[in-house]
Amino acid sequence: MNFEVPNMIFALPEMFMLGMACVILLTVAYLGEKGANIAYGLSQFTLIMTAFLIYRSFGEGGLTFDGTYIKDTFSDVLKLAITVINIAVLLYSTSYLKSRGLFKGEYYVLAIFSTLGMMIMVSANHFLTLYLGLELMSLCLYAMVAMHRDSKVATEAAMKYFILGAIASGMLLYGMSIIYGATGSLDLATIASAIQTGGLNDTVLSFGIVFLVIGIGFKLGAVPFHMWLPDVYHGAPTAVTLFLATAPKIAAFAMAIRILVDGLGDVHQHWQGMLIMLSVLSMIIGNVVAIAQTNLKRMLAYSTISHVGFMLLGVLSGSQEGYAAAMFYALVYSLMSLGAFGMIILMSRQGFEADNIDDYKGLSERNPWFALMMLILMFSMAGIPPLAGFYAKLTVIKAIVDINLMSVAIVAVLMSVIGAFYYLRIIKVMYFDKAEQNEPLEAPTDMCIMISINALTVLALGLFPGALLAICASVFF
Amino acid sequence: MFTDLPLLSLLIWLPVLGGIAVLVNGDKNGWARPLSLVISVVTLLLSLGLYIGFDNATYHMQFAEHASWISTFNINYSLGIDGFSMPLIILTTFSTVIVVVAGWEVIKDRVSQYMAAFLIMEGLMIAVFSSLDAILFYVFFEAMLIPLFLVIGIWGGPNRVYATIKFFLYTLFGSVFLLLALLYLHHVSGSFSILDFHQVSLTMQEQIYLFLAFLIAFAVKVPMWPVHTWLPDAHVEAPTGGSVILAAITLKIGGYGLIRFALPITPDASMALDWLVIGLSLTAIVYIGFVALAQSDLKKLIAYSSIAHMGFVTLGLFIIFRIFANSATDSGAILAVEGAMVQMISHGFIAAAMFLCVGVLYDRMHTREISAYGGVINTMPIFSGFAVFFAMANAGLPGTSGFVGEFMVILAAFQANFWYAFLAATTLILGAAYTLWMVKRVIFGEVANDNVAQLTDINRREFLMLSSLAIIVLAIGLWPAPLTEVMHASVEHLLTQVSQSKL
Repeated sequence: MNFEVPNMIFALPEMFMLGMACVILLTVAYLGEKGANIAYGLSQFTLIMTAFLIYRSFGEGGLTFDGTYIKDTFSDVLKLAITVINIAVLLYSTSYLKSRGLFKGEYYVLAIFSTLGMMIMVSANHFLTLYLGLELMSLCLYAMVAMHRDSKVATEAAMKYFILGAIASGMLLYGMSIIYGATGSLDLATIASAIQTGGLNDTVLSFGIVFLVIGIGFKLGAVPFHMWLPDVYHGAPTAVTLFLATAPKIAAFAMAIRILVDGLGDVHQHWQGMLIMLSVLSMIIGNVVAIAQTNLKRMLAYSTISHVGFMLLGVLSGSQEGYAAAMFYALVYSLMSLGAFGMIILMSRQGFEADNIDDYKGLSERNPWFALMMLILMFSMAGIPPLAGFYAKLTVIKAIVDINLMSVAIVAVLMSVIGAFYYLRIIKVMYFDKAEQNEPLEAPTDMCIMISINALTVLALGLFPGALLAICASVFF
Repeated sequence: MFTDLPLLSLLIWLPVLGGIAVLVNGDKNGWARPLSLVISVVTLLLSLGLYIGFDNATYHMQFAEHASWISTFNINYSLGIDGFSMPLIILTTFSTVIVVVAGWEVIKDRVSQYMAAFLIMEGLMIAVFSSLDAILFYVFFEAMLIPLFLVIGIWGGPNRVYATIKFFLYTLFGSVFLLLALLYLHHVSGSFSILDFHQVSLTMQEQIYLFLAFLIAFAVKVPMWPVHTWLPDAHVEAPTGGSVILAAITLKIGGYGLIRFALPITPDASMALDWLVIGLSLTAIVYIGFVALAQSDLKKLIAYSSIAHMGFVTLGLFIIFRIFANSATDSGAILAVEGAMVQMISHGFIAAAMFLCVGVLYDRMHTREISAYGGVINTMPIFSGFAVFFAMANAGLPGTSGFVGEFMVILAAFQANFWYAFLAATTLILGAAYTLWMVKRVIFGEVANDNVAQLTDINRREFLMLSSLAIIVLAIGLWPAPLTEVMHASVEHLLTQVSQSKL
């Protein structure tokens, strides 16, 4: 048996990150409470350097680690997005953590390990690698949700998240084992070629696909596997919600693409129907239930569910164009979600969470600039041009129209009208209602700059979406 | 001279960027008003360049500009105007100047935001009229909702939140179907160019669905009965400037959309379903006329009269198929479409003037109830002169622009069917009834109460804006040729497009 030395260079960013994660872990272990500031600095350094390493080797790629690991443009784009978004997440969350006594090194250790998990998921070319990345990410997330030990809701949220997450992982593993039974391999490329060759037992194959789709549905938060999502988003400290709601969605999207497209792309008729169900239900339930929410975090959780439904439209179309559209959607969504939760953090102070919609009353008088930024984010989420969210919806609906699923497209556009209502409500509260307290609202400068960059990027992507759309298209064509 | 300049881009982006500049400048130094006025006047002057440089002889798109925007989907920044869009652009630039002047003293808080919203909206509306790419059109069509939503919601009346959300959701509901239709057309034709959509051949079933999608989108904007209910609410709650822009321009986008999309892209479905549009238009003209008669709120009355007048636009556009069936020449059809266009332009000026008159009264009395007024002529003679003039124009008095459009459409309707013409002509009675009755109750008679007795007549600023509108209404009424000439070639081209079956 000959042993081939794997081409480490393809996994250089991950290896760097792993090394740094260990360094941060040791720092925190030795310095204890005092190490939090250093851990924060090191984490940012790690993320920036990782982003730089990914950027340096952008577009080069191939298989490594005996075909279990892949580096391609798809993974490069998503990893870059994940690292950049997490840089922003850490930036947003620091002051929130400090004011609530949660500013501990552990948060950063978990964040970096979790980011590593996401990157492994994105680059997985093998069911085991994928599962490894998924679990690394999820276990860190469970712990992060539970970080606020004294908070009842946070603990409850963590329990729910952990149990349902474990069930989802179980489903996924079961599906993987059935696919292994049908095709004789755990390697995505081998599975794809086995399916292409044909002669497989169709019943076993589709049985396995059912479980895989359930697992993916759980992780994305698609209806009917969405139950955990509002509670976790609501219960977790906002800084953790922010972390949960952004980069992991990109990773979960990558997982869906790796499994369904890279592995099972040739039997897309088997999973298309299931995804249509998930997608239509998510859009309907997410948008309709969001209307009834008075808590902004919960409302955004339901809006996440509906956005997942829209994103799945692109995946289920089964066309290159649709996958690119879904990718664009995932990136734009995480950017908008970053801004929206970032705004909640920005508004919150010690002892005041600012997560009720009424807390935003008269924001346009208290701080016109923040109100304008939130306006951009909300209109973008509602899918109104000229903002990035519009093109996200446009491209996925276009993919659906192009495969002649007009009825699904009609549901999608009607749901986006219903969705517009609750986003408009936020704008109404900010602009049309009188403020209850009149003192102007201030926030730390770095966060002001961050939220401005964030929202203005959404606007800029809305005015010139061509470049990002071209990148997404280049991945799949 | 004008063909070298990217005039359309200039017209779109000057007000948008100017609006942002006004917004950034803020309220502290008091520059918001003069700066907005300068920007809007410069835009108006530039837009006159379109009229001067316009070639009446051709139906081809003029002042065309083309640049790649989203290359992945072949979406282009593609602009151009023909005889339909050019007059509407000038209407837009003119109305914006009026709005800026109208808000000069009235708007006291957040002046810069108010002015910026209207300037940005001006740019977006010009862009809607000049976009030749379907997605570009849709982007501007939707983006326009944002400033108007804020204008009604921030500076509106007591029930403004309900009105503005209703307005937003209603129009969004209509326009998502437009988006689906445009995506489907791209699926069939492989292009997003509106002019390519005109060429694509479609089966009857496809055309019916597309036509219905267009109809929902644009009927909400026009608004046609029975999807008109957002308009009275929005008008009543909107500040004067918002009402002016709503009535003068956003409603016209509905009519423009039917001309640009529904008729040329789905001619066979338009013919098959013309009974639907004609029926709805006649309902609007007759039934809404009666509804207007029953109103006790000045703005609501004018809002309903707008719906009735816009009924002429849709009627004029869709009786052409009946005229084709009845006569060998298409002079009747030309009369109908040109009548619809003249009606749009004329209504833009008259409705704007009417809302301004209500605004003048409201600024002094802070009520729009007709019963609160009476004998205004005793205290405000000059204003009353204008008000009576515009009311006459609204009722379609010969010699004013209101007469020209309605007369052309009614005349054309005779060639389609006597009863269409008969029902349409009832507006001459109904329109006169509700407008003149309102004038009688508000303007004439004895001074009704102390508040009216203390009214002061219009100042120079108000005189300026009302008189400029009066001159235009009179000019179009007496000599409409300069307006009809520019659209003649385009109308003829539209009729050839419509008469060719796409099946």
